[in-house]
Amino acid sequence: MGRLTSTIDAVQASAQKSLVAYIVAGDPHPDQTVDLMHALVAEGVDIIELGVPFTDPEAEGPVIQLAHERALVHQVTLTSVLAMVSTFRLEDAKTPVVLMGYLNPIEAMGYEAFAEQASLSGVDGLITVNLPPEEAGPLAIALQDKKIDPIYLLAPTTTDARAAAVCQASRGFVYYVSLKGTTGSGGLDIKAVCERVAHLKAQTTLPLFVGFGIKDGATAAPIAAVADGVVVGSAIVTLMGENQASPQALKLEVSELVRDIRTALNASNA
Amino acid sequence: MVSKQLGTNETLTSFPDQSGHFGPYGGRFVSETLMAALDELTLAYDGLKTDSAFLAELGSDLEHYVGRASPLYLAQRLTDHAGGAKIWLKREDLNHTGAHKINNCIGQALLARHMGKPRIIAETGAGQHGVASATVAARFGLKCTVYMGSEDIQRQSLNVYRMKLLGAEVVPVTSGSRTLKDALNEAMRDWVTNVDDTHYIIGTVAGPHPYPMIVRDLQSVIGREARAQFARQHGGLPDAVMACVGGGSNAMGIFYPFLEDETVRLIGVEAAGDGIMTGRHAAPLTDGIVGVLHGNRTYLMQDQAGLISETHSVSAGLDYPGVGPEHAWLKDIERAEYVAVTDEEALGAFRQLNLLEGILPALESSHALAHAVEFAGTLRKDQNIIVNLSGRGDKDIPTMAKIDGISIG
Ligand SMILES: Cc1ncc(COP(=O)(O)O)c(C=O)c1O
Repeated sequence: MGRLTSTIDAVQASAQKSLVAYIVAGDPHPDQTVDLMHALVAEGVDIIELGVPFTDPEAEGPVIQLAHERALVHQVTLTSVLAMVSTFRLEDAKTPVVLMGYLNPIEAMGYEAFAEQASLSGVDGLITVNLPPEEAGPLAIALQDKKIDPIYLLAPTTTDARAAAVCQASRGFVYYVSLKGTTGSGGLDIKAVCERVAHLKAQTTLPLFVGFGIKDGATAAPIAAVADGVVVGSAIVTLMGENQASPQALKLEVSELVRDIRTALNASNA
Repeated sequence: MVSKQLGTNETLTSFPDQSGHFGPYGGRFVSETLMAALDELTLAYDGLKTDSAFLAELGSDLEHYVGRASPLYLAQRLTDHAGGAKIWLKREDLNHTGAHKINNCIGQALLARHMGKPRIIAETGAGQHGVASATVAARFGLKCTVYMGSEDIQRQSLNVYRMKLLGAEVVPVTSGSRTLKDALNEAMRDWVTNVDDTHYIIGTVAGPHPYPMIVRDLQSVIGREARAQFARQHGGLPDAVMACVGGGSNAMGIFYPFLEDETVRLIGVEAAGDGIMTGRHAAPLTDGIVGVLHGNRTYLMQDQAGLISETHSVSAGLDYPGVGPEHAWLKDIERAEYVAVTDEEALGAFRQLNLLEGILPALESSHALAHAVEFAGTLRKDQNIIVNLSGRGDKDIPTMAKIDGISIG
């Protein structure tokens, strides 16, 4: 069993919900990323989702687009992201790391070379935003050889028939994108999301995580009541943008936000 | 021989396959939210493309609104100057709104109406596709938003104002390189958000399946007309057909009806910008690497790490790091050839066509013209080249005046 599944199982065994935190590797500066990853874990994050910077992040809203641009200023590439994961692993062998990005940098590296190097670096899962399962065959084989879990997305527009195929292809967990729109869009209809999540959960045995639009304890708790985990992204990345000048202030603010969400999750699940 | 590379039930015109691939290219590389919309579009288009009422309405608008058929014109003085094969111009510049882009927009607006979508969105580089989209939106009473890189808004200000006159909202895109590719990203983001009531009219033969197929089919009217006009006005088939390639829609439109005429050389002309060797260009087929961007697998301008490169061309309509997947495939199977022409050569051809034929070509089309003149010189006088004159150059007058150091209004 991989680190991802064993972690999610352990969280479930303790009757808790998984908290996933998303940051873009290299944002606001490559020197801060590993330190921030440790800080997230210290505040109760179970899984780290590390964004791989790309020039054309077409599914992202303005907040995360800017994070990609900030990282690219420092020439952060897929290779440097893998190096950051290796460094993180020197001190943390336990917390799963999932990469989230776009297909082209992986194509450029080559599927097998990527799987090999990602596995050596200690990567546990991969979300490729613009790669639906229909096009994913060869990459999925390369990942399977190296025991990296491919995680696919479900959307509000996904039909039941597609949902079955997406869940079939996913390993570790499936990721429900809770709104039509880009990352960071506002106005989550929590009741509708919960209904949809309940419907989807009946169709798969995989853990179902929900992301997009979860920004604080108040949005996280009701969704975690029906889902197995929540992903917080733009809310954290907003703080990166606001605290570029001060790494200390940034770490404090990110820690505080994550602590609040963790507390809200634990309280509502107590 | 090309046919050896095809499977038993395949012909050059039977692509894409069911899942939207042209050999290894094309496909559907989009976020999950859009998959349902692409399925819906594929289904709607499959139903309509052979529907006689739809085709009659499309044909009627192409004739009475766009002004088709566009002429096939023998450019005698240009031919004399080149000193070889006869150069024929397919006059897409004479279409309503001044470029081939409207052929696609009329068809897709009809599709949008059929699917019950009251709003259309588009990306634009030179502004021609934006103008064509705003135009059909007015014609069919649809709401229209056009995304345009802030860099392009500067260099194509005339078209920006024109879109506004047509009632469209023009949204400046300030992310990334602030050009066409970023406008496409932003249009995709809008579509993901408003997919229920919005149809995205992609302006070229790129994007996820079924776009490369739909846009090609709608633009193929260019090649169908040209093929019949040439047979009537001259007889037989031309020796070569030439077009500029940005995303590749005017080229695919004129190539497609000639694909199975194996004696006809198909030549696409990319933008070499400052020169291929300088790296400052927009010629992915000439000097690119296969990758995935904007929903399809194709040749791209990118670096070693798979990051998309900034492109350069004097013509905003060619300033794009990718190219339609069908071109990538035609290149690999050697059914079409691709060359690149520099800014300077294109500017020369722009001036030349004004002086020799009294025709003001778009800077995009001037790339094809530049290569045509050079290539004609290597052929015999009894041979024939058709060049797709994809658009007119009114929009480029401010750019030219600036290059010439002249201040106009
Ligand atoms: C006149 C003209 N020709 C060509 C192009 C390039 O597009 P494509 O390669 O899709 O024909 C454009 C794009 O804006 C254009 O305006």
